[in-house]
Amino acid sequence: MLEFERDLDELREHIAELERDASADPNSQVARELAVLQLELAARTADIFAHLTPWQRVQLARHAQRPHTQDYLDRLCPDFTELHGDRRFADDPALVAGLATFENRSVIVIGHQKGRTTSENVHRNFGMAHPEGYRKALRLFDMAERFGRPILTFLDTPGASPTLDDEKRGQSWAIAENMARLARLRVPVIVTVIGEGGSGGALALGVGDRVLMLEHAIYSVASPEAAAAIIWRDSDHAEEAAAALRLTAPDLLRAGLIDRIVPEPEGGAHRDFDTAAANLRAELAPLLKELCTQDGDDLVNARYAKFRAMGEHLHAPAV
Amino acid sequence: MALRRRGRVQSYPDVPVDLWVTCRKCGTMHYRPEFEAALRVCPSCNYHDRLDAAERISLLLDDPGAFQEIDADITAADPLQFRRPSGSYVERVAKARALTSRNEAIVCGVGPLQGRQIALGVMEFGFIAGSMGSATGEKITRLFEHALHHRLPVVTVTASGGARQDEGLFALMQMARTTAAAARLGEAGLPHICVMADPTLAGVTASFAAVADIIVGEPGATIRFAGSRVVQGTLRRRAPVEDHTAEWVLQQGMLDLVIPRRELRETLSRVIGHLAPAEAPAPSALQVAASATRA
Repeated sequence: MLEFERDLDELREHIAELERDASADPNSQVARELAVLQLELAARTADIFAHLTPWQRVQLARHAQRPHTQDYLDRLCPDFTELHGDRRFADDPALVAGLATFENRSVIVIGHQKGRTTSENVHRNFGMAHPEGYRKALRLFDMAERFGRPILTFLDTPGASPTLDDEKRGQSWAIAENMARLARLRVPVIVTVIGEGGSGGALALGVGDRVLMLEHAIYSVASPEAAAAIIWRDSDHAEEAAAALRLTAPDLLRAGLIDRIVPEPEGGAHRDFDTAAANLRAELAPLLKELCTQDGDDLVNARYAKFRAMGEHLHAPAV
Repeated sequence: MALRRRGRVQSYPDVPVDLWVTCRKCGTMHYRPEFEAALRVCPSCNYHDRLDAAERISLLLDDPGAFQEIDADITAADPLQFRRPSGSYVERVAKARALTSRNEAIVCGVGPLQGRQIALGVMEFGFIAGSMGSATGEKITRLFEHALHHRLPVVTVTASGGARQDEGLFALMQMARTTAAAARLGEAGLPHICVMADPTLAGVTASFAAVADIIVGEPGATIRFAGSRVVQGTLRRRAPVEDHTAEWVLQQGMLDLVIPRRELRETLSRVIGHLAPAEAPAPSALQVAASATRA
C-alpha cells in the first residue's frame, strides 16, 4: 500500500466493519454513520487524487496491484491467443503478444507484462523486455502488415533490460528496428501507456497513430531513478527527478506529446480493474474504428508528420 | 564530465600549446605533433581518440572548404524549464555554445567524399556530451529529409551520451523522429552509413544509428545501450566492467566493420559507391565534385 493511501485504507476498513453491523439493522445509528463515512471517503479520495504529486503518480503507475497488460486483455479481448517467440533466440515473458478480437475486429495486441508477486516478477523480468521480446513484437508488426490487421500496444515497463546479455544480443538494435518498422506500417497503430512508460524500452512499442495514456501512468526519457543517477549521480534523488522530468499524463498532454488521457476509476486503476478496462475500451473503440477507415499511405504520412512535430527548438545566429 | 579543450587552440595563438597528450584509454603520453599526425590514434593501444566535428569533417571530405553547412542556426529551446543542481539547462546550453562554437550537438551539411556529394552529419561530443535534444533531433531529421530531397547518400558520425535528460520526453521522442526519417530514406533506396565513434550510447545507439544500412565502429569506441550509471540506478547493482568496445560489439554481430581511421574515407566511399543510386548526380553536385577532384 502506498503512503498516501494509508488513511484512505483505514477509513475503508472502518466502513467495511460498519457495513457488517449495518446489514443486521439497516435503520440504526450505525447506518447513518456509515453514510457519513462513505461521503467522507469519497471526498478525501477526490481531494488526494486531485493533488497528486509527480512522485505519487510514479508510485501509482508502479503499484503492484495495478492492472497490467494481461488484465486488460482478459477484459477487452476474451479470445486473446498468445503467440510466443521471436523465431530466432527465445520467448520473452516480459512482453506478451498475440491475436485477439476487439470490438468485432481482429487485431494484433502487444504489451509489456509485469508480474504481481516476486516469483511472477522474476519470470517477467519486472516487465523489462530483452531483445528477443522486441523481436517477437517485430515479427507481429510484420504479420499485422501482411494481413492488414491493426495493432494495439500497451506500454508498461521500467525500461528495456540493460544487462550484459541484452547488450550481446543487440538491445539498441532491437529497439531501433522496432521504431523504424512501426513508423512505416500501413496499418493503424494505437499506443496506450497503461503504467510505466520507461524510456527506449517503452518507445520500442510507442510509435503509433494515436498515443493514449492512463490518468496516473507516467512516460519518461528515463526512469526517475536512472535520471537521478545521470543528473544527481545518485538514484536516491528519484523524487526530485520525477518532478523535473514532467512525466505525468496532464504534463505530456499539455506538451502535445500524447493525444488523450484515459480516466481511471476513483482511487486509481488498481481499485477497480473492470472500470479501468471499460474506460480504456471507451477511448480505444472509436479511435480504432476511425483509423481503420484510413488509407495505408495516409496513415504512414500522418504518423511521420505526428512524430516529426515532436520537439521544440530555437534559431540563433551561427556561433 | 570534464570536457577537454583541443582543436580550438589555433584560435588563441598567444596560448602555448600543450606539447604532450595522454591517451584516455591506456594513459600513455604522446608528443602532440606526432599524435596529431597519426590522426589522434594511440600508437600504444590503438584507441581512436575523440575528434571534434571540424576535425572529423576535414578527415572525411575531399575539401573541407567545400562543406556547405545546413541548419547551423538551430539551437536548443528549454521546453521543461529544466534545472540541475549544477545549474539551469539554459546555462548549460550557453556554456556548450561558448565551448564548441556550435549551436547544437551535431553539425550537418553536404560536401564531396571522393568526388561524390554526400549528406554528412557529425555529432559534436563537446556539446553537452553530444546528447540528443529536440534541436539535435530536428537537425538530424532535416539532414535525412535534405538527402531524400536531393537524392544523396547519408553519412552520420555518432559520438553521444544518449538522450538529453534536460528535455524529458521531448528528448526521448527524438529517437522515434530521427529513426522514422532514417527509415523513410531507406525506403527511397538511399544508403545511410553510420560511423559509431567513441562513445555511442543509449538513445543514439538505439535510434537512427542502429538502423543504418552499414555501421562502422571506430577501434576502441565504447558502444552500448545502457551506461553504467543507468544500470546502477535501474538494477541497483554495479554495472559490469566489460568495456563494450567496437571490437566486442562487432563480435556480437551488431556492426559491419571496425576499421582504422586512416582507411575510413576510402572505405566509406567504396561502400557508398556500391549502394548509392547509379543515376547522374544533380548539376550542383557535379560542379562541387569537379572542383574537388584536385584533392
